[in-house]
Amino acid sequence: MTALRPDLAIIAANVAPGSRVLDIGCGDGALLAALRNDKQVDARGMELDPHGVAECVAKGLSVMQGDADTDLSDYPDAAFDYAILSQTLQTTKRPDMVLDELLRVGRKGFVSFPNFAHWKVRASLLWNGRMPVTRLLPIAWYETPNIHHVTIRDFRELVAAKGYRIEGEWFLSGDRQIGPLAANWRAEHAVFQLSR
Amino acid sequence: MLTGGAGSPNRSGMVDPALNLAGGSLILPQPLPLDGGQSLERVEVAYETYGKLNAEKSNAVLICHALTGDHHVASPHPITGKAGWWVRTVGPGKPIDTDRYFVICANVLGSCLGTTGPASPAGDGQPWAMRFPVITIRDMVRTLVALLDSLGIDQLHAVIGGSMGGMQALSFAANWPERTRAVLVIASTARHSAQNIAFHEVGRQAIMADPKWEGGNYYAKGKGPESGLAVARMAAHITYLSEAGLTEKFGRRLQDRTEKTFGFDADFQVESYLRHQGLSFTDRFDANSYLYITRAMDYFDLAEEHGGRLAEAFAGVKARFCLVSFDTDWLYPTAESRVIAHALNAAGAPVSFVELSAPFGHDSFLLDVPAQDRVIAGFLNQ
Repeated sequence: MTALRPDLAIIAANVAPGSRVLDIGCGDGALLAALRNDKQVDARGMELDPHGVAECVAKGLSVMQGDADTDLSDYPDAAFDYAILSQTLQTTKRPDMVLDELLRVGRKGFVSFPNFAHWKVRASLLWNGRMPVTRLLPIAWYETPNIHHVTIRDFRELVAAKGYRIEGEWFLSGDRQIGPLAANWRAEHAVFQLSR
Repeated sequence: MLTGGAGSPNRSGMVDPALNLAGGSLILPQPLPLDGGQSLERVEVAYETYGKLNAEKSNAVLICHALTGDHHVASPHPITGKAGWWVRTVGPGKPIDTDRYFVICANVLGSCLGTTGPASPAGDGQPWAMRFPVITIRDMVRTLVALLDSLGIDQLHAVIGGSMGGMQALSFAANWPERTRAVLVIASTARHSAQNIAFHEVGRQAIMADPKWEGGNYYAKGKGPESGLAVARMAAHITYLSEAGLTEKFGRRLQDRTEKTFGFDADFQVESYLRHQGLSFTDRFDANSYLYITRAMDYFDLAEEHGGRLAEAFAGVKARFCLVSFDTDWLYPTAESRVIAHALNAAGAPVSFVELSAPFGHDSFLLDVPAQDRVIAGFLNQ
């Protein structure tokens, strides 16, 4: 397996071989290609950026250009064993509705996102009074695609309010996996596995 | 490459596929049944090939051309000397790489550029004219499949087409699903919309309103309904371009003059351009062929052929699909490609879809769009 981004590696490790997977916001298709090659997964993708779709097609992947906010409605219920939303939730217009769609088209869902409550982000806001620009949030507030910043605590509360189940959770600091203790302070990145 | 008739059946009626692989033209050995209920005897098919068919016969790629296209996809036209219509996409080392693939392109049934059409002689030796049966996109594809039979090719690596060529590729996949492993459809649709039909009807009426059309029997008189055909082409040509493209190319600029003439000469560059497009078209295209092929496109509705559900058309199809649309194409807009993609998803077929950004309107698929090159090459080379 080529080196996957750490959050994608966690997701890849937890997908059952031979399953049907939809990666929403699949970018250049790195995760899908790894799942297809290593786990014989029926790998499908959705990506907004046409250059990303072109790269996926060049990898032999089946990818639809589309928008997570609007185009998931085209898929029937439970069309996939897993629907994946990696680093995409915070870029959608209505993350709550996208989450509903995720767990409608997929029997299980993976969601990964940068944690806006990481101590560096908090420190930046507290001491500098400015929207943070960090390794995981490298783009200034006015041009970032991340329009709905979310923390681990926020996300857990949304999942609870919707009545969905958290089946697994993983936390990353740098590229290293860390334990759940004070994750909302310590984790730069979180990965959740959900089900209805 | 031009071996005119090399592969026609010999006196014993047998066809040697190896001879046919060089391209040229051949007479189909069997009568061609048509959707309209009739059948056509001795259909001639003009086609070109590029590259080399491998020993397993597994590297054949069929390219289907658009409304007024021909089979000279990547080589100069033998009469006009004009470069092949997709030479920027097809050739050695190009997105459709003829070092890798054996590329076949045939002139469509009903055309006037080599394959049997209304200008061809009927059984009585006179041109068919309007006695030619109305044909469909599926009839065109049936002709292509018969050609593949004659070439001894059971299964294609891919069938590819833009615009009307895309309709043929879709029809091929739906009706002969076992005969291709991949399907690439560019700037196309699974059915002609009311607007599409309306534009075609304007063209047909322009031809038929020209007194020189004479009910289609103009062949003996030398000149046919050239004015009508030119107007048909002008109207159609507008639909191939984007509003922004026209504005950028011509704006309101005047043609070889500094003032408006207060007359009806071609004051504007866009008028002059369209008139040129119309006139030059009449040199190379037959008016009756234009009637028949536009009719075939208007009749195209892939869902209708399959009980009204497009997904049914693709039920059980194993091929990979890739659909490409262009953001400035208002003739077959992105929504049409999405409809196809959804149907394929519903049918469980592996499908990719991408809308590319290009300023040239419907004609983008023929022009310089590097992103398209990447998609085509990436999709084919799997």
